[in-house]
Amino acid sequence: MPNQETWLQEKLEKIHSGGAPKYHEKLEQTGKMFVRDRLNMLFDNGEYSVEDGRFANFEAGDLPADGVVTAIGKLNGRKVCVMANDSTVKAGSWGARTVEKIIRIQETAQKLKLPLLYLVDSAGARITDQLDMFPNRRGAGKIFYNQVKMSGMIPQICLLFGPSAAGGAYIPAFCDIVIMVDKNASMYLGSPRMAEKVIGEKVTLEEMGGARMHCSKSGCGDILAKNEEEAITSVKSYLGYMPGNYKQKPPVTEAVVPREGRNISEIVPENQNAPFDMYELIDSLIDKDSFYEIKKLFAQELITGFARLNGKAVGIIANQAKVKGGVLFVDSADKGAKFIQLCDAFSIPLLFLSDVPGFMIGTKVEQAGIIRHGAKLIAAVSEATVPKISVIVRKAYGAGLYAMAGPAFEPDCCIALPTAQIAVMGPEAAVNAVYSNKIQAIEDPKERIKYVQEKQREYKETIDIYKLASELIVDDIVSGDELRSVLIDRYGMYESKELVFSERKHPVYPV
Amino acid sequence: MKQIDAAMAGTVLSVLVKKGDEVKAGDQVAMLESMKMEIPVEAVEDGVVSDVKVDMGDFINEGDTLIVMD
Repeated sequence: MPNQETWLQEKLEKIHSGGAPKYHEKLEQTGKMFVRDRLNMLFDNGEYSVEDGRFANFEAGDLPADGVVTAIGKLNGRKVCVMANDSTVKAGSWGARTVEKIIRIQETAQKLKLPLLYLVDSAGARITDQLDMFPNRRGAGKIFYNQVKMSGMIPQICLLFGPSAAGGAYIPAFCDIVIMVDKNASMYLGSPRMAEKVIGEKVTLEEMGGARMHCSKSGCGDILAKNEEEAITSVKSYLGYMPGNYKQKPPVTEAVVPREGRNISEIVPENQNAPFDMYELIDSLIDKDSFYEIKKLFAQELITGFARLNGKAVGIIANQAKVKGGVLFVDSADKGAKFIQLCDAFSIPLLFLSDVPGFMIGTKVEQAGIIRHGAKLIAAVSEATVPKISVIVRKAYGAGLYAMAGPAFEPDCCIALPTAQIAVMGPEAAVNAVYSNKIQAIEDPKERIKYVQEKQREYKETIDIYKLASELIVDDIVSGDELRSVLIDRYGMYESKELVFSERKHPVYPV
Repeated sequence: MKQIDAAMAGTVLSVLVKKGDEVKAGDQVAMLESMKMEIPVEAVEDGVVSDVKVDMGDFINEGDTLIVMD
């Protein structure tokens, strides 16, 4: 009988080394890290001493920790809970104890009100164990149930290092954001092999469920990381904008002056229809290098991301005229809605930078349900009770004004730049709509143009921004070059805002 | 063969390249008009223009090919 201490140390060493050497070699070939190396990189000083269930499925002999590490540690000095799949153990698949461990770390995160990180790299359910892990009360379904329950209570973040297959693909789906590693991460309900067998489709994994596809087309991914190291760096930055839970305020950092460049008055063209780059405007407003963009590759006509103003976090929603004219589409509406909910859940004030010609029209978008998608965005804007400032940078036409927190949506203020134009539609479209018959009746082309121009001039006068300010529709008109200091002052004043939006059980979501 | 497709329905305001032109990723190759906005169309990768499928004034649908490159 060996010494008890030696016996324990030997067993722990075996558990900590994960699965068989051949699976470790496979990791290396694909540019992946072993789960415990990931955790070493994630936690401060590589320390995570609070780990439960190391001996899960110990008796099986070849399933160290049952393929998942669950731990609490510190990240940039703040406590977080983590669940991390070990793909060297049966491809990170879920057995009964794997599922139980995941449920327990969720319960811990909920009790301690700490952020929960899901480091996913898993082939899905162990079909041989299905009765023990799939349909029961504390089966895999409970993981998703818990995620839904904790959504908005604590930050839940998914780092996708490998596959997230079938039911398992709902872990990222229920997270606040999903960081995916290019080439290695994937999400899919049925594998390409299954798709070929069941529906006769021949497709590659990358096309059907790859990281780049999800970050640019499906919208299931938020951040595309080049490699695992970049993904881990990214989650650390992300948490820098997040409170530990919904009861806390986001962390404050030291103020930094914006990047040097052109002034806003030089950036925004006076011609309402000409494109410009909204990123340049954002850079001129925010603390240098503080922009953390979410869904950069998806629905690029709407920019969403966190930034800092004088060291304090804000969530920016901005129309990008350079892409699709800044028009709102089905995907951009969804993108905006989720981002607004994220900011509102975790007390991050909102900043709307409006330059929007409206929602897209035409058969294609109507059949895709643009009205109900747009309704999601407008509902999210309405429900957000954090300080919200609506800045009309250039145009805000039609329901675009609503989507960008126009006056009716109770922003703490709606301020306009001198280039602002608020209207049901732009002058060209409006004159066509109102005077269509008269325009057609004028036979001389020169006279016709003269008439149209005259009517457009009249129309522009009726929607003149100073007229709107005179009518108290906008709260103020400010110079673009003063906008940063105006925003810093105003967010400072709005900090004590406390609001209950509506008394009820919950809304009937327009989904 | 690479192609540049229209991101949204609209009208072709101008085509800025012709057959044989070399283009680099990020170069503007055409300008569309949609929802009264000018929409610049940029090349996403380097290449040589082998075919221009549209003319000024043409109506185009989302997904229509504008320019083909080798």
